Amino acid sequence: MNPVYTLTKGMLPVETIYCPGCTHGISHRIIMEVLEEVDMLGKTIGCGPIGCSVLAHRYMNVDMLECPHGRAPAVASAIKRVHPDNFVFTYQGDGDLASIGTAEIIHAAARGEKITTFFINNAIYGMTGGQMAPTTLIGQKSTTSQSGRTVEQAGAPMRICELIANLDGAVYVERVALNTAGNISKAKRAVRRAYDIQEKRLGFSLIEFVSSCPTHWGKSPVESMQHLKEKMLPYYPLGVYKEPEGGEV
Amino acid sequence: MSKKVLMKGNEAFAEAAIRGGCRYYFGYPITPQNEIPEYMSRELPKRDGYFIQAESELAAVYMAYGAGAAGGKVFITSSSPGIALMQEGFSFMCSAEVPTVALTVSRCGPGIGGIQPGQADYFQATRGGGNGDYKVPVFAPSNLQEGVDLVYESMDLTDKWRNPVFIFADGLLGQMMEPVVLPEQQKFVEPHEIRALKPWALTGYGDDDTKRNTIISLRIQPEDLEKHVEKIFKKYEQMEKELVRVETTGIEDADVVIVAFGTMARITKEAVEILAEQGIKTGLIRPISLWPFPYQAFDKITSKTKVVISAELSMGQMIQDVKLGVNGRFPVRLLSRTGGVVPASLEIAERTKKILEEMGG
Amino acid sequence: MATHKMFFAGSGGQGILLMGQMVGSAAIHEDKESTFFPSYGPEMRGGTANCTVIVSDKTISSPVIFESDCVVAMTLPSMLKFEPTLKPGGVMFVNTSLIHQEPKRDDITVYKIPVSEMANELGNPRVANIIMLGAFVRVTNIVTQESMEQVIHEVFGESKAALLDLELKAFNLWKG
Repeated sequence: MNPVYTLTKGMLPVETIYCPGCTHGISHRIIMEVLEEVDMLGKTIGCGPIGCSVLAHRYMNVDMLECPHGRAPAVASAIKRVHPDNFVFTYQGDGDLASIGTAEIIHAAARGEKITTFFINNAIYGMTGGQMAPTTLIGQKSTTSQSGRTVEQAGAPMRICELIANLDGAVYVERVALNTAGNISKAKRAVRRAYDIQEKRLGFSLIEFVSSCPTHWGKSPVESMQHLKEKMLPYYPLGVYKEPEGGEV
Repeated sequence: MSKKVLMKGNEAFAEAAIRGGCRYYFGYPITPQNEIPEYMSRELPKRDGYFIQAESELAAVYMAYGAGAAGGKVFITSSSPGIALMQEGFSFMCSAEVPTVALTVSRCGPGIGGIQPGQADYFQATRGGGNGDYKVPVFAPSNLQEGVDLVYESMDLTDKWRNPVFIFADGLLGQMMEPVVLPEQQKFVEPHEIRALKPWALTGYGDDDTKRNTIISLRIQPEDLEKHVEKIFKKYEQMEKELVRVETTGIEDADVVIVAFGTMARITKEAVEILAEQGIKTGLIRPISLWPFPYQAFDKITSKTKVVISAELSMGQMIQDVKLGVNGRFPVRLLSRTGGVVPASLEIAERTKKILEEMGG
Repeated sequence: MATHKMFFAGSGGQGILLMGQMVGSAAIHEDKESTFFPSYGPEMRGGTANCTVIVSDKTISSPVIFESDCVVAMTLPSMLKFEPTLKPGGVMFVNTSLIHQEPKRDDITVYKIPVSEMANELGNPRVANIIMLGAFVRVTNIVTQESMEQVIHEVFGESKAALLDLELKAFNLWKG
């Protein structure tokens, strides 16, 4: 019998703390699948964030550490100096990367660090209980924007790919989504491309995963996918924002 | 043995770190320690090491966390307000048991304060501003040779204890020049050698994922966290036994005992001579380790002594430890200048005499 | 030998700190103790610059001094600031090219030397500090002429070899 689905060696066989319908499981898995395919699980160092995925080190079968409060890009920059031949990545949510860690992500990108950042944008603070994130949409309700975010009160949501792509040190920036099988396949191809870019030491790359948070969006998993498509994607358009010249990688 | 060279404190500390095996330095400009990042940016790349000018002290301390977790030998430096920003990182490194040597070239506060030498960061160094139960050994040199030796030795101590080690210098030591003899260069560790030397470090596990390493500080279960804190406190207990450093002179028959560290101690030594010429016997306790503090040294003070003076470039911070050391046996007084004012030895001598007179002696 | 405490003072760009460092280095060649402490802060080129140098045959406690045995003043503001620090019997060197005011003290020895003009005559205004250093060494003997010439070789010998002859000439220019 040909199995149609097996575990990847990249994911440890443990139950996660993630809520039903959360897309962290998908982004974890496709990153680890790629690392298994390129046979780099044993030569990878992952830098986790603070947020729901603070425990990613329990699930991802690679050497890993927890990084406080948005500092993962600084931590990863230094790790890459010590182990230039390892694959070094950060895995960060929108509060971690786009709020408390903006200085670190911008400067790691500006320095052209040969690292890869996986940015999980679900437009909400998950772990702390559903507060407004820098990426929370206009009109979106959160525990700190209870009538819905307004531009007047909190400004407009930040588009990270567009921001990072402006920096010369960033060589590959793409926004992908985790809402359909097709988009997930594209997301995996983006992860593979980011891996190749780091392997060739071309510079900094960032993949933004437009993700969901059924719990704090107050929606069912299915409704969440609908919301992601109808509300998130118009504000956060998918696509490649920056790629190496010639596009050979 | 290499010969004596006249070096600026900041450059001597930087060179001592490199010779102690530091291959990774991360820093951010702040006066009066700027010669250190400048020196490192020039020297490390030439010598097969790595320098990053961080975007902030916060980033610098986490670069240290990353390189330390990856098994590298790391040195970071800053000055008082910059160290304030780094405090979160020291707490994390203690919890995650990641080595790093950090040095402050301390100035004056509060706030931006001033850039002249100060010791008002005694609490910052010994009590820490990070959250939670943690401790960091703090060594305070009072001349450049001692600073060089302490930085050099700390590069190994931090690995031995898997805990950050802190060096407390100040603007005077950082900016002054003095002859030093530099120690031998330790060989830099290559990436492939790290796993054997530091089996806990993040290097990638290779072919055997049972050797997978994680470095964490989050422990959600209270019992787990309690156990972990108790474990690191076992280390601290051991450090309290092994890391106490102190210099004492003339305590046994002293009329007065002055306690001073770092810059204040070197000036006080001359004050002791001035007082001796006037027939006043003055003992000196110079804590070299500020944590663990050399409380035991105070047991040697005899009943002939009328008063113990804590001489500090602050409004009185170390005096709390001095009182713990004295434990009620003698009156304790503060002799202080602050704001960046460095007193002359004569001033210390005269104020000591005045305090003695007030004691009826 | 006693302990010698001195101030070197002038304006940024005059090579004031270098003078102080060279005295400190020369002292090491003679197995003496020395410390050097610069003024530091936001003033850079054109601002005031001064440093404290102590040379002694015993351990030096504080590199910060309040009284001096010797002052080298390269500009008027530095003379006004440091003349009062001299102990009676102290020595002050005054760059009369830039200082057109008489010292106030009558209990000190003053050497008036127009080092900026002398440097111009040598063809390089930047060696004024080394001319003054020559005078300082020959008058005070705090460090010997030989050890200072050795330091000049160390400082200017390698990367600035073209300068070496000029610097040695400058150092030996003032004969008193």
